[in-house]
Amino acid sequence: MTEPQAYDEERLGRLIGLLAPAPHGWVGAAQEIPAFRQTLDEIVARAEADEAFRRALIADLEAAVAGAGYEPEPRVVEELRRQMNDQRGG
Amino acid sequence: MPTERATPHLSDTELVRRCREGSTEAWNELVERFSRYVYAICGRGFGLAAHDAEDAFQEVFTRVYARLDTLRDDSAIRSWMAQLTRRVCLDRLAAASREQPVEDVSDERLERTIEEIDQAFAVREALEELGEPCQELLDRFFARDESYRTIGEELDLPAGTIASRISRCLVKLRAELEGRKASTPPSGRKR
Repeated sequence: MTEPQAYDEERLGRLIGLLAPAPHGWVGAAQEIPAFRQTLDEIVARAEADEAFRRALIADLEAAVAGAGYEPEPRVVEELRRQMNDQRGG
Repeated sequence: MPTERATPHLSDTELVRRCREGSTEAWNELVERFSRYVYAICGRGFGLAAHDAEDAFQEVFTRVYARLDTLRDDSAIRSWMAQLTRRVCLDRLAAASREQPVEDVSDERLERTIEEIDQAFAVREALEELGEPCQELLDRFFARDESYRTIGEELDLPAGTIASRISRCLVKLRAELEGRKASTPPSGRKR
């Protein structure tokens, strides 16, 4: 650790400037993580319990997600696709 | 769109506790409180390009959400997030360097920058204590890089008075920080 310096005006201005706001879209997307995870968990649980739904997901992921009543948001679809690919690979 | 801040005055410890209980408001506040910090480490610390920084930013908050139960000291959320952010950024750089050579981030420069970002976070907390109009004025001028003219128009102030107001607000901010230095531990919101 370096010695703390005095808070002169120039330094204060520079330090305030170091923490520029993150883009609004990034912050909004991060705030939606709990809802996103919940959607994923529900879809995965249903796929594990319902063979027909699982086959529908494999056949047409987006349509199956929408058909189950969920918004087929790109990151939900991407994450499901990744998980399904991992399962097939593993 | 980011949500309004409904719980801005919670301590870090209380905020983490409420997040664990599943409070959406608390999670929104946690993201709001640390978004600039994570963004600064990704961008200024590691120099990630915008698309990598965005992925890293989302990855950090995804890990925070998934692993919050593993945090042993709730008041240490910021340093824990700093560690997570470093790991995520290093992974990003390693992945990028497999595709094309990237500029090396020297450890010394990185440590210095992250130390400054930590100091900046303390300044930001003090700035929040000042409240309006100083908080908005200083944030617009220094963090959002807005001109006197834009600030004047947005805040309905004569542009000619902005500089003197900024100067007065900086004096108040310095007093707040010096008061804190005497009475508050250097990391974490402890109210």
